[in-house]
Amino acid sequence: MIIQALAFYLFAAITVASGFMVIASRNPVHSVLFLILAFFNAAGLFVLMGAEFLGMILVIVYVGAVAVLFLFVVMMLDINFVELRQGFLQYLPIGGLIGFILLVELALVLGGWVITPAARSAGTDPIPALDQVTNTHALGAVIYTKYIYLFQGAGLILLVAMIGAIVLTLRSRPGVKRQSISEQVNRPRGDAVAVRKVEPRKGI
Amino acid sequence: MTESLWQTLWTGYVFPGGLILVHILMLTVPLLIAVAYLTLMERKVLAAMSLRMGPNVVGPFGLLQPFADAAKLIFKETIIPSGANKFLFIAAPCITFILALIAWAVIPVGEGLVIANINVGVLYLFAISSLGVYGIIIAGWSSNSRYAFLGALRSSAQMVSYEVSMGFVIISVLLCVGSLNLSAIVQAQKTVWFAIPLFPMFIVFFISALAETNRHPFDLPEAEAELVAGYQVEYSSMAFALFFLGEYANMILMSGMTTILFLGGWLPPFDIAPFNWIPGIVWFCLKIFVLLFVFIWVRATVPRYRYDQLMRLGWKVFLPFSLFWVVLTAGVLLAFDLLPKGV
Repeated sequence: MIIQALAFYLFAAITVASGFMVIASRNPVHSVLFLILAFFNAAGLFVLMGAEFLGMILVIVYVGAVAVLFLFVVMMLDINFVELRQGFLQYLPIGGLIGFILLVELALVLGGWVITPAARSAGTDPIPALDQVTNTHALGAVIYTKYIYLFQGAGLILLVAMIGAIVLTLRSRPGVKRQSISEQVNRPRGDAVAVRKVEPRKGI
Repeated sequence: MTESLWQTLWTGYVFPGGLILVHILMLTVPLLIAVAYLTLMERKVLAAMSLRMGPNVVGPFGLLQPFADAAKLIFKETIIPSGANKFLFIAAPCITFILALIAWAVIPVGEGLVIANINVGVLYLFAISSLGVYGIIIAGWSSNSRYAFLGALRSSAQMVSYEVSMGFVIISVLLCVGSLNLSAIVQAQKTVWFAIPLFPMFIVFFISALAETNRHPFDLPEAEAELVAGYQVEYSSMAFALFFLGEYANMILMSGMTTILFLGGWLPPFDIAPFNWIPGIVWFCLKIFVLLFVFIWVRATVPRYRYDQLMRLGWKVFLPFSLFWVVLTAGVLLAFDLLPKGV
């Protein structure tokens, strides 16, 4: 148990510290790298809780895909660090206010959370012990049976968002040369190669 | 009183910790030797394929060549460019190398021969292999060099693209198994290796593995002709060696992953007398060896892809095809009532 507690405090401390460094570090690339460190330690916390599926998905989706694209974009930006610093103090009050409101909301939600008896009696299936069912199976069983319509709805919303992003960025420019592989492959030999008889000292 | 404390410390922490350490060493030391000899094997096979001798001076048949190379690289000077971000510059090769090694924690090399037999083994492997891009992108950025940066950008786009189709391939295997545990995946191939019913997926996975490890014909991040070795251009001595070793360890890892997902892991090809006398670990190593040979064979044979064709292959060919195959697999399993009866 001591090891688990130590690991928890290690992960939690690094998560909080790197979360702070995300907003405090001077270089935006360092910020993104600290964000990745925070994700990674959050995944560690999930694994400690026994939610190994969520931990791995967090690493695959956020660290392996989202943060890579994020890093990709931030590295290409041409940012003046001095200007960025000057903006920091200007936005600090608003940011602090939003953070405070979120904190109060969290406290209200977590402090005043009571499950009504009706909901509890009508409630979901009892949660089986971890050694009886892996949490991959458990999550799948809940998402794809009980909440299938909500799941499909979320998928549709994401699809619409994706189509929206494509529509916004798609421009059809005239005069762009595109490769058509079938055309290239189907090109007859006669179109591409001409066999000539070259007379010596004359050329073509 | 103190004795019982020592006893709990010993049985609770020191002994299991030591045991894990011994297991890790038993896996890592042969792995590193395999990596060293893989570099020699690559040079030998490439040489044979282009009718040359290959390294044959150091030791009998050039067998000591990897150690000579290692010694040379260790004694060279580590040069850090003046504009480089020192911490990240040194961290990048370490990340590459560490990620190539920690993935082996979940690989079952034989029946029950695995350090951590976790439930979500496939996801762990997938997560670790998707992290490999960080070593490269951090190296490219922190070198403060245009060539390195271009190489890193290419590489990250390439690895993210091919990961998507790899994910679908893994899903189609998981549909047939009904578990994310790597040992369970191998056990599910007792009757037939997945390479046979899922043959197109096997090919897609292998080609994606080539792209993931930045091997030929997808070695655009290095592309020595145009980018003078891409993200590693500023690295020298041991830092370069770590990149090099990480790349080869990743090759072995990807071969191991292919073996587990499609070629039945440690299982013999036929469960009859002469085959099942040979221990499983030998079969596992043999399959990895064959796949590594194919890696090198491809390098000697296929020319490098153009960058837009690489992206086209990933997004317009592999992604729709693997998605189609996932739907097909799920449909066939459901229609013929073959779905694994899991937990």
